[in-house]
Amino acid sequence: MNGEQSRDVEPDEDATFVRPFIITGGRSEPLQADLRLETLVVAVGVPDPSLAFERRHIVAVCERPTTVAEVAHRVGVPLGVAKVLISDLVVAGQLACRQPAELPLPMLERIRDHVRAL
Amino acid sequence: MSGRSDKIVPLAVKIVVSGGLGVGKTTFIGAISEIEPLDTEAAITQVSVGVDSLVGVEAKTTTTVALDFGRITLDPTMTLYLFGTPGQDRFSFLWDDLVEGALGTVVLVDTRRIEDCFPAVDYFESQGAPFVLAVNRFDGADRFDVEEVREALGLSADVPVLECDARSRDSVRDVLGALMDRVIGVRATPRRRTAALTR
Repeated sequence: MNGEQSRDVEPDEDATFVRPFIITGGRSEPLQADLRLETLVVAVGVPDPSLAFERRHIVAVCERPTTVAEVAHRVGVPLGVAKVLISDLVVAGQLACRQPAELPLPMLERIRDHVRAL
Repeated sequence: MSGRSDKIVPLAVKIVVSGGLGVGKTTFIGAISEIEPLDTEAAITQVSVGVDSLVGVEAKTTTTVALDFGRITLDPTMTLYLFGTPGQDRFSFLWDDLVEGALGTVVLVDTRRIEDCFPAVDYFESQGAPFVLAVNRFDGADRFDVEEVREALGLSADVPVLECDARSRDSVRDVLGALMDRVIGVRATPRRRTAALTR
């Protein structure tokens, strides 16, 4: 594979451009439907040495709890791609995520007080 | 590697910032965020700079969309994220994703183009999601009484409408505080919200 092949892209497009969902093998639906932009994701367990490219990068980024949106930004993939990869990694036991249920009223009041004090 | 799974995962909550294109959403987020507002698809956005709202956008059908977000650490266990909705109508299908699980929404308004916020107001009203309307003061724009704005938009009396300066951290903080009051007020009333946000 090299860049000489004729590709269906505009001539002035970056030669390194990869169609986003190539990275996911063409899948666009994450295995888990409940990942939100602000869902925090964190690496768990021993990193799988066979992970490559974006997946490895995601696990490294998630060494500290990181939101799905930030993962997409830092790894440099569109959000839809990030969601698919993250959910794969969660299923594989490389990442864990926590989704809070509806927040109780006292928690909302705590958030409000914090915001007012900013 | 022991201990990896013991990490405390803090709570992440989000507020959505919506409104028409160029109304100041990124400015608003940037005024209070402790990070430069990030956007997830900068490279592709740059392609569309200067193109949006002009003809010819259709040519770029594979374009994805930029998503502004900012971050505010409220305390060591709690972080607030601000997400800006894409201003362009053609990306409104993304709103469901943005709004799901959000505490509430700030709809920014530019009184020179008040109609630009109609889609956002319609959307959040139909979702039954708490929101406040913040009238961004632009230099050179006519000043309107907030009640005039409410009337122009046909907002019900319980939706807070306030003026703001999206460049000012204090002003943005006050808008977010007003939104949180609204969120708490909506939650505290016995009338339960519908399950409109669950899919």
